[in-house]
Amino acid sequence: MIATAQQLREAGVLGLNERNTDFIMRLNPRRLYPRVDDKVLTKELALDAGMAVPELYGIVSNQGEAGDFGTIVADHDSFVIKPAQGSGGDGILVVTGRSQRKRNAFRLSNGVLISAAEIAHHISNIVGGQYSLSGNRDKALIEYCVRFDPVFAEVSYQGVPDIRVIVYRGYPAMAMVRLPTRASDGKANLHQGAVGAGVDMSSGETLTGVLDNDVVDEHPDTGALVAGLLIPQWDFILQSAARGYEVTDLGYLGVDMVIDRDLGPLILEMNARPGLNIQIANCTGLATRIARIDEIYSPDADPVERAHVARREFPAERQTSIHF
Amino acid sequence: MKQQYVFGLAAFLAIVGLSIFGYKWQVLGFPLSKNQETSVWTVESSISFDSGPGSIKVNLLIPTLTPGFRMLNENSVSRGYGFSLNYGSGGREAQWAIRRADGPQTIYYRISIFEDARTDQSDTTPPFPPPPVINEPFQTAVDVIVADVKEQSADTASFTAELLHQMNDPSPDPNVELLLSNATTRAEFVDSLTTILASARIPARAVHGIELQGRQRNAEPVAWLEVHDGDRWRYFNPMTGEENLPDRFLIWWRGNEPLINVEGGSNVQVGFAVQENHLDAVAIAETHAAQQGASAADFSLYSLPIQTQAVYSVLLMIPIGALVMVVLRNMVGIDAFGTFMPVLIALAFRETKLFWGVVLFSILVALGLSIRFLLERLRLLLVPRLSAVLIVVVILMLLISLMSHRLGMETGLSVALFPMVIIAMTIERMSVVWEERGAMDAMRAGLGSLIVAVAAYVFMVMPWLEHLIFTFPELLLVVLALVVLAGRYTGYRLLELSRFKALAER
Repeated sequence: MIATAQQLREAGVLGLNERNTDFIMRLNPRRLYPRVDDKVLTKELALDAGMAVPELYGIVSNQGEAGDFGTIVADHDSFVIKPAQGSGGDGILVVTGRSQRKRNAFRLSNGVLISAAEIAHHISNIVGGQYSLSGNRDKALIEYCVRFDPVFAEVSYQGVPDIRVIVYRGYPAMAMVRLPTRASDGKANLHQGAVGAGVDMSSGETLTGVLDNDVVDEHPDTGALVAGLLIPQWDFILQSAARGYEVTDLGYLGVDMVIDRDLGPLILEMNARPGLNIQIANCTGLATRIARIDEIYSPDADPVERAHVARREFPAERQTSIHF
Repeated sequence: MKQQYVFGLAAFLAIVGLSIFGYKWQVLGFPLSKNQETSVWTVESSISFDSGPGSIKVNLLIPTLTPGFRMLNENSVSRGYGFSLNYGSGGREAQWAIRRADGPQTIYYRISIFEDARTDQSDTTPPFPPPPVINEPFQTAVDVIVADVKEQSADTASFTAELLHQMNDPSPDPNVELLLSNATTRAEFVDSLTTILASARIPARAVHGIELQGRQRNAEPVAWLEVHDGDRWRYFNPMTGEENLPDRFLIWWRGNEPLINVEGGSNVQVGFAVQENHLDAVAIAETHAAQQGASAADFSLYSLPIQTQAVYSVLLMIPIGALVMVVLRNMVGIDAFGTFMPVLIALAFRETKLFWGVVLFSILVALGLSIRFLLERLRLLLVPRLSAVLIVVVILMLLISLMSHRLGMETGLSVALFPMVIIAMTIERMSVVWEERGAMDAMRAGLGSLIVAVAAYVFMVMPWLEHLIFTFPELLLVVLALVVLAGRYTGYRLLELSRFKALAER
């Protein structure tokens, strides 16, 4: 069974081609890309704007320094290594702890024990550019490993669930929670097999989920219901996402946030080409909401106001048929 | 606003491309399909005569307007003679001149023509002829015949037909008999016909031509009757009265002037020989375009050295492959590695042929992938690892070639034509995707690349398409226009229709 283009058009579904030509190319000038593609720069910009980000432990920018990462993480038992210019969550290594016997063996988020040499090799791969968007030399970031808020504990399989908010011209348009699964190897990227759950913009409550383009009600590994979870500090999350527009100047932006149980919502990264599966997770087309934002757009509105507008304008249409 | 620019640019490119294409096709006659051969007829007129004591001047009437034929070239073979082409009262004339010549002389005029139905005569409308002055008793006979035929006809065509009918009557009217008493040859018969038609104020003239039939050593010019009906010239067979020209009738000259006029020579004889050749239609169009001074011929790819032509016949198909890829990736939504990797793989398929191309490519990538995973354990740095994969790919290609040669399968040798850098890159990209996103994604993108490559290959080796692009490279502008248009395609991709089906079902 496939849908007709007419049906999708009526449902307000945004397609890849339309996203690329009408929004990304028009609203996201190429010269602004480094602000989101280089995670070091993103972090700096976000910090300058007074936003909360995971603490940066250190940067490895030369092959020769790859082996010295141990000194950077000397004071930390858990940390995350990621390429500064990676895309789609590739190349991210989440270290949750150390081996009890040997201090230079590390426990990954999926439970696998890995040696310091293997981590050094991974870092040198990152620096060599294996995961960078352009294949050029890159830097490896070592940063704070988020201890995620227990609100999503039931619906996550290892890894860190995060919240993706699409921000159109500064207005939060749509959001979803990305829940890691066994298949996604603890990563929160939908194309790697994570579950995406739509979020009611007005209440911050999760809706149904999507797994590989199909609507799901339960987490495939834990069996817990995906819907009905109330995201804490929803107001603050929307405001932070909206503020991402001021930080990056990108008119079509994906803001990824995590909720740390101690530090609250943190900006993880931002994305100039956010994916379209969020539409399936929300069972709602983005085009409709984008058109609405174009109608009510006001250049003077501040992030708080824009977050408020999003909460007012985009309540989820309750779908009892899928809940039960 | 930008949308309009894009449409404007695409329209401009398409119009430029299509108009050059149309001009070359319709006007210059470049063929649309490959290996179109056209019959080229070479008609040679040999003039032999005995030279007189003084200077010699030879005038030969030569083809001027040739309905149904187009001239490819003409030349003269005449040692020591000055040669020129002039326009005389009876049409074009070839003129030879020499101050002094000894003994029997033979000079040749040679014309090459090819059939072209679009060549129509663009002859002028003649004035009504003045009534000819004819001596009695012929004048009376003519008047009677004209009056009689006029009774039984309605217009010029039927008048001519009726006249020919009466003149060819086996038991002729005494008046007809009288008029024909002087006409012994067919040419003279046609000549007297034109006189009678002139008395009826109908413009008419004799046309002399040669029926082209294969190879003829001694072709005879035959006289035909040409009558103007006020609108166009009509041709009549003077012997049967049928209105037609024979198939492949090359009109050599018109009117009742003698074909040849030799001053200072005697015992003149003119012979015609016909030879049929088959020439590639492209070559004919080229020559023809060059005659017209059309710059299209100067920029033709056929003017390049053969080896360069071979390179370009391949290179020019890359845009076609790119167009296929644009459609498959942006409109269908197939995932593939790299931007142009599939087209380059398709290029390699050209040499290996499709089946073996796919088999060898899959074997190479599969072997390369397993080696790549072995290398992964050694924890090499990125660039050395890529280089190692490249070297392994070369070794694998060598092994496949050697093994298939041993087994007597020569197709295996063509593996060497694969661009190994492309294969090494494919292996590397695939292994990264494999590790990061799992085997499913890697397989899907690998298969997608192969599908796009096969589709691009299918289009890139279509012989008619290849010929079309090579003969009309301006069509690449049309391809460019299509790609530009596709660049503004904002509709859904075909695969998105299934991806977002959950949203439509609501």
